Amino acid sequence: METLLALMVGALIAAAVYLMLARNVLRFLFGLILISNAANLVIFGSGGLTPEAPPLIAYGASAPPGGVANALPQALVLTAIVIGFGLFAFALVLVYRGYQNLGTLDSEEMRIAEPRE
Amino acid sequence: MGTSLIVRAATRVLVGLLLVFSIYMLLRGHNEPGGGFIGGLIGATGFILYAIAHGCRAAREALRVEPQTIAMVGLGIALFAGLVPMMIGDALFEGMWLFLAADPADPNDKGIPLSNILVFDVGVYLVVLGSVLTLVLALEEEV
Amino acid sequence: MAAGSAKRRPLGGTPGIVSIALPAAAFAWFCLLIPQVANGPLFWSVEWVPSLGVEIGLWIDGLSLLFALLITGIGTLVALYSSAYLGGDDHYTRFVCYLLAFMVGMLGLVLSDNLLALFVFWEVTTISSYLLIGYKADDPASRRNALQALVVTGTGGLAFLAGIVLIGAAGGGFQISQLPDLSEHVLYPAILVLVLAGAFTKSAQVPFHFWLPNAMAAPTPVSAYLHSATMVKGGVYLMARLNPSLGNSEAWTIALCAFGGVTAVFASIMALKQTDIKQVLAWTTLMALGTLTLFIGAGTEAAIKGMVVFLLVHALYKAALFMVAGLIDHGTGTRDANVLSGLMKAMPITFIAAIVAGASMAGLPPLFGFLGKEYLYDAALEQDVLSRGGVLWVAGCAFAASALMVAAAGIVAWRPFVGPKAETPVKPHEGPWGMWIGPLILAALGVAFGVIPSLSTIVLEPAATAVMGAPVPVELKLWAGVTPALILSLITFATGFLLYWKHRAIRRGLGRLRDRADPAWDGIMDGVAGGSKWLAKTVQAGSLRTYIFITFLTLAAVLLTTIWRTGALPSAPPLDDLRLKHWSILIFITAGAAVAAVTNSRMTAIAALGTVGVGVALVFIIFGAPDVAITQLLIEVLQVVLVAVAMLKLPHMKPDVVSRIRGWDLILALSIGAMTTVVMLMVMTTPLDLRITQFFEATSAPIAHGRNIVNVILVDFRALDTFGEIAVVAIAALGAYALLRGTRRNT
Repeated sequence: METLLALMVGALIAAAVYLMLARNVLRFLFGLILISNAANLVIFGSGGLTPEAPPLIAYGASAPPGGVANALPQALVLTAIVIGFGLFAFALVLVYRGYQNLGTLDSEEMRIAEPRE
Repeated sequence: MGTSLIVRAATRVLVGLLLVFSIYMLLRGHNEPGGGFIGGLIGATGFILYAIAHGCRAAREALRVEPQTIAMVGLGIALFAGLVPMMIGDALFEGMWLFLAADPADPNDKGIPLSNILVFDVGVYLVVLGSVLTLVLALEEEV
Repeated sequence: MAAGSAKRRPLGGTPGIVSIALPAAAFAWFCLLIPQVANGPLFWSVEWVPSLGVEIGLWIDGLSLLFALLITGIGTLVALYSSAYLGGDDHYTRFVCYLLAFMVGMLGLVLSDNLLALFVFWEVTTISSYLLIGYKADDPASRRNALQALVVTGTGGLAFLAGIVLIGAAGGGFQISQLPDLSEHVLYPAILVLVLAGAFTKSAQVPFHFWLPNAMAAPTPVSAYLHSATMVKGGVYLMARLNPSLGNSEAWTIALCAFGGVTAVFASIMALKQTDIKQVLAWTTLMALGTLTLFIGAGTEAAIKGMVVFLLVHALYKAALFMVAGLIDHGTGTRDANVLSGLMKAMPITFIAAIVAGASMAGLPPLFGFLGKEYLYDAALEQDVLSRGGVLWVAGCAFAASALMVAAAGIVAWRPFVGPKAETPVKPHEGPWGMWIGPLILAALGVAFGVIPSLSTIVLEPAATAVMGAPVPVELKLWAGVTPALILSLITFATGFLLYWKHRAIRRGLGRLRDRADPAWDGIMDGVAGGSKWLAKTVQAGSLRTYIFITFLTLAAVLLTTIWRTGALPSAPPLDDLRLKHWSILIFITAGAAVAAVTNSRMTAIAALGTVGVGVALVFIIFGAPDVAITQLLIEVLQVVLVAVAMLKLPHMKPDVVSRIRGWDLILALSIGAMTTVVMLMVMTTPLDLRITQFFEATSAPIAHGRNIVNVILVDFRALDTFGEIAVVAIAALGAYALLRGTRRNT
């Protein structure tokens, strides 16, 4: 499964980079979603893949059974997902507001800050 | 409002259920899957459902408090939970526990466990709930 | 200006009283320390940044104390003067804040025992003097000159900081009192250049001198304070302070003598050329700074003695004369030496202060200035460090500067008061008492120290000892018999009087002499601005696409380097034991990503992104991460809601033209994707270090009382992290909210 996960990450990153390089900022946003998914998978996969054994401790036990999934990357990914959502939402609002003020979604046409000379 | 009567009627029940469920997820989070993040997201989903069915104004009225206030209060609660141990000389965000009505003979009987950790998780819950609702409601009202 | 303003309050009201009382109290305290310091340096310290070895150590030896007394003593008088001069000004309170900040910086500079702390205070004086020089902020020239002073001294400050770091490396610490002799160290040449760059810019040595005359744009009390007794002496202080550890080399001697001598002579010639009496004073200040540098460089016992005496002499008369210039400006409305004449009757007190201070400046007996000059000459004629030519250089520079100084003193302190009464913009009148008391006190001190020299030695002897690094007895005598120095003095007076007599003719003769440094500075600044503009235009093309492309290109380069340096490509783990669900997730995610990348329909894109999200959630589920999976699914729902809401108001996507550029994008994207896959495989085939996870697993239930380890990590073990993260989420939400509500569309 490690190989498949690496392939998935590669595919996600490739699609994300391609989208983020587009001039339409909506495509950029879609790329942003994909790249944060890819990043989460990278962190998750780096901690090792352990099928179907969540890091939970049985009632009365003092430690989990051997071979449970690595809890640390899970905790990191969990907050990363929420933060990624915050970032995405902010970017979306920025794009939305930008479109209302500038009337375009083309990043080459957004020239208030750096006007063409 | 173009939402159908069935949806509107159903959401009233669903929202209540989702909120109860979100609190349940929050409280059980320390021992089973769940916790402040998940609970907060579920709670937010409930209110968003309500907003879709009955409009943003109704959702805000149901909330009673501005969502950004909820987020800030949550942040304050979380910070407070972290600062309390410092007041008694422990490290920042050190856990402090109180086991109400626990049987000292049984190490597995923790009675009703109370802790600043739980308070912190409540803070997380409120921040996530408040932040998501701030975003979604503001954007929906804009459109 | 402020004089006669309706808002006039005695002593400038509360801010004025505070600004006078604070330095006065400090001055009294330092006076009480005089007897103790005479017996040996005082020391005490507080830790500041222990990790960097920075402590606020106060080290009061003779040199520090001399400076501290000047800073607080003259500071008190200047504050008093300012309260009369600027007391009614709208921004007087601001002025007082700047002045006190400067005073604190200056005191910290001379009292710190740690070079890093010294540097911080050094920069405090730079910044506060910028604010003081630019006090008349509505005047473009004032702003320009303030900026010039800031840039010149600030740049020197950076060099000085680098020098400090090297000193720390070479000397094994930053404590000035513990510094060894560094002149043999391999880093010494670099240290010398860097430290002197700092000192020379601060003390305005040629060719960095031009900012000081321009800094006369400041209100007169500021000039009296910064440019006579304090800020510009910061560089002199630094050289004197580091003399024991850096001064034992020929390079030091040559550098200081060369720069100091040239500055002294050049500045005193330029002084004669000026007609604005404040400019005359500014240039003579440069002369004094040059002289001080020259004698620190000469470095013999007699030279240091002369240097210390002259330091005090100059501070007293120069502060007095700057205040006199302010009084004349205030009383007549002009500072033009060609216009001013016959003010003796109208401004008698100013005249007394001016004539006494001017006589001290000219070095006439029995004033303190005479002693200062005598000891300089003593040193210049007897010093034996240098070859014969060196003696002539020091003595020649000192003689030329002193003679020119006599003439300059005449122009400033004598010329405006004698002769027929002249027409001035304002009818000449005496200033308020707050303005003339200061120069009068300083002038009186010049007399007292001259007549009873032993009054000053109690401070000067420890100071000279501190600079020398060895005990230096200082015994001052007004009459030391007929010495070579006395004869040279007499020749100086004669030459000086001649120069004064002919000064108008000389000024005409000097008409063609131009100071090219100031225009050169403009040229440099224009060059910097032009260069920056070019660079910004080249690097910041204003195209988001280009920026992102460069960013990803860099990422690709980093990935490639990583793979290349690791060498062998990883061997892919075997693909056995894969079930249908694994393959289906792969197809879910890759297909979703591909569709999202190429589709032109927003709805298709959202659906494809949803597919990817669910696929990722499935990965989390089958590999034992229920919490993460739940979060992922919930976020997925919210994302769709948000996007769907926003889409209602956003236009459709135009078809993505597959141009040549998009071809490059595709190549870059695919290669980054492929390299990520390779790196990911490398990572996942490397053995894991599970110690942290094992710690969490072992302590989660017994100590943290929680059985869901992920949640325990989030809210207990790494709660501070989580707090930071929820703060980020809250801030993102507030930011978005502000964008939506705070900025109504402006179209």
